[in-house]
Amino acid sequence: MALISTLGTVPAPALAIRGLAMARGYRTLFRDLDIDLAPGQVLQLTGPNGTGKSTLLRLIAGFLKPDAGTIRWSPVPDEVSPGEWLHYSGHHEGLRDGLTAQDNVATLASLLGGDPARTGAALGAVGAAPLAELPVEVLSAGQRRRVALARLLVAPRPVWLLDEPFTALDRDGQALVRQLIGAQAAAGGLVIAATHQPLDLPDLVHVVLGGPAS
Amino acid sequence: MTGWTALLLRDLRLARRVGAGAELGLVFFLILVSLLPFAIGADQRFISRIAPAFLWLAALLATLLGLDRLLQADEEEGVLDQFMLSGTPLELLVLAKALAHWLVTGLPLSLVAPLLGLMLAIEPQAMVPLALSLLVGTPALTLIGLIGAALTVSLKRGGLLLSVLVLPLTVPTLIFGATLVKEAALGRPYTTPLMLLGGMTLLMLVIAPVSAAAALRHARQ
Repeated sequence: MALISTLGTVPAPALAIRGLAMARGYRTLFRDLDIDLAPGQVLQLTGPNGTGKSTLLRLIAGFLKPDAGTIRWSPVPDEVSPGEWLHYSGHHEGLRDGLTAQDNVATLASLLGGDPARTGAALGAVGAAPLAELPVEVLSAGQRRRVALARLLVAPRPVWLLDEPFTALDRDGQALVRQLIGAQAAAGGLVIAATHQPLDLPDLVHVVLGGPAS
Repeated sequence: MTGWTALLLRDLRLARRVGAGAELGLVFFLILVSLLPFAIGADQRFISRIAPAFLWLAALLATLLGLDRLLQADEEEGVLDQFMLSGTPLELLVLAKALAHWLVTGLPLSLVAPLLGLMLAIEPQAMVPLALSLLVGTPALTLIGLIGAALTVSLKRGGLLLSVLVLPLTVPTLIFGATLVKEAALGRPYTTPLMLLGGMTLLMLVIAPVSAAAALRHARQ
């Protein structure tokens, strides 16, 4: 678990979202959305299915362009695009079938500017050490999730965007995710998680999409 | 190790798997070439005359194999999302993928082609130029295919559409490549088609990564 305490080596920027609006097809998911997050804070996104939680995360990650409004990070590190200081963990784990868990995580570590040498320790920290040499297509859904979590540890980044991080995980796995989120926040990182599971964290910011307010 | 080399090595490792397309392209090329005499008959003079064009066509079709999964597999597993978050520009990452594809299809194809040329009674003096033309020209085919792969990345069954998109764009490369081998077979100098072929490849080296990356970014929206 030593790795978990080394998170957040880069100070997290603050996030300011102003007047954000997004439509998919003819459906307006949200409009005039304002969110402020300071380093060390955790934001929990909830809302009925199909109200734009995943879309909001992809907007913040920079994969999508909003119809209106701004997403600002401050202070903005010079000549670094937002993509380089955040982790995005979506419905797909980002693991390629045919490669071992070890190879997958090590490749992602190199891609994301992390240290591939930490792969073994990271897999150990998420309880996936025995799976390291197995091709990921033979892993169960929960095991794949755990391997995907190792990515957060091999490349320390201050901002985490987690889309349904508890999916398919057992009780221990869910506790691990809570522990990781807590450690990231304690280290001054910033976490935005779309989930309906309780996060049990102090200083939790809650945003409900698709409610009467939006 | 940088993200770029890590991705290149990963793709090469993936290509070694059974059915991943690496050796299939070569086998497909071999089958096409061995089918030709069955279709044409024992007219050796005729086969020898059309061999340069046919070898180039076969190489073109063999290069197309596996292109539809070049980017799609990464897209489906969410790995392309991670590309977007990498410090390495997307343009360079797709170039690494194209290079890996060429190393396992275009390169072995170019080296084996003269041997298969023997089967088609190609002129001896055209064997080295054949390999040379494929070495210089097949990267252009892969790079054009990269654009097609990026455009069809979100389509579930985009393989056929990809071929329809890509094949017309390969016409110049095909013309220069086949001309080169034909000229060499006649014992004439082939510097001009070689230069033009190299020019096509260099042009595609500039255009393809930029277009492919733009298409992938657009596909996220």
